[in-house]
Amino acid sequence: MARSPEARVKAQGSAKHGASHFIAERVTSIALVPLSLWAVYAVIALAPLPYEGVVAWLQSPLNIVFSTLFIAIAFYHMGIGMKVVIEDYIHKPSSLVLLLLLNTLAWGLGAVVAIVCILKVAFTGAVA
Amino acid sequence: MAELVLPKNSKVQTGRHWPAPQGADKAKVRTFRIYRYDPETGLNPRWDTYDVDTSQCGPMVLDALIYIKNVIDPTLAFRRSCREGVCGSCAMNIGGRNTLACTHGHAETPGKAVQISPLPHMPVVRDLIPDLTVFYAQYASIEPWLHTSTATPDTEWLQTPKDREKLDGLYECILCACCSTSCPSYWWNGDKYLGPAALLHAYRWLIDSRDQATGERLDGVEDPFKLYRCHTIMNCAQVCPKGLNPAKAIAEIKKMMVERAL
Ligand code: SF4
Repeated sequence: MARSPEARVKAQGSAKHGASHFIAERVTSIALVPLSLWAVYAVIALAPLPYEGVVAWLQSPLNIVFSTLFIAIAFYHMGIGMKVVIEDYIHKPSSLVLLLLLNTLAWGLGAVVAIVCILKVAFTGAVA
Repeated sequence: MAELVLPKNSKVQTGRHWPAPQGADKAKVRTFRIYRYDPETGLNPRWDTYDVDTSQCGPMVLDALIYIKNVIDPTLAFRRSCREGVCGSCAMNIGGRNTLACTHGHAETPGKAVQISPLPHMPVVRDLIPDLTVFYAQYASIEPWLHTSTATPDTEWLQTPKDREKLDGLYECILCACCSTSCPSYWWNGDKYLGPAALLHAYRWLIDSRDQATGERLDGVEDPFKLYRCHTIMNCAQVCPKGLNPAKAIAEIKKMMVERAL
């Protein structure tokens, strides 16, 4: 016999987490307000600079800190947001797991690649 | 994937037309376009249209439905009981909006025809009757009664008028399901997301000063689906026929979750 609606609703219990995800969404959004403004400023400041100028700009400690922070937080925020969208719409367990893995890979890899690039320029300077 | 189109056997077809009786005052005739479905026939659902002489019935949509059932077509099935917005039985989608047929005037419904269908995205038992068993099970799952562990007092469990006031805007819920079935998040994940109505009740017990199980109650709903599928779309607050705001109650629960985590 099929399980009763009561049994189905109760069977799921509670995952006892979710608040931390909610807090992470809020905290990263707030952090992204000043960081995005900084990113806009950075793009405007970098646009007229020649190659060497950009390298020098990226070697200033403040710019290293802000650009890595911006990349890390923006990618993380994007990833946890995308996770919710996938959970909302994808119900087939195999596709759900696959997409969630791909999402983590995408934002994780994206962030690491971008940060490594910034650090490489910051610490090893221009390519000869 | 979330279901964005109806499965083949749920596609709604054009049904029968019941014209107004001869001699009816044309100015008073209003067309009602009503969703009809009978699982026993094995046929697809259909839209039947009824031209109703509204001078013969009361002003509410429920009056018109009762008139149709009594006078025009006795096969039409719908739930109703109190006919005054207290029981929540006649919740349905009228003119594209979930509401109670008994408190919604047919003259207030815009458009040429008054279109009526069952509450959205629920299995249909017949015509305008949705299957709400899961909805009720979700309500039961939040254990909507006072939980106490201290000895029962000789008289009532007392509460200050101020604490009692906190229940205003919550206790009035009649469990009509207008809110939950208007919520896209509930449409896509109604098997796991508790929905606005059950969560409004969860909050009603969370802030009851007499309740002694707040922690367990918070544990019970702290879940990425049960609670956090609410994306503050706010349809619930828009449609509630009692003027309640389930979205606000859900936001308050989320706030309580943050407060206890910090
Ligand atoms: S909150 Fe309003 S719409 Fe939702 S079930 Fe209660 S009375 Fe109905």
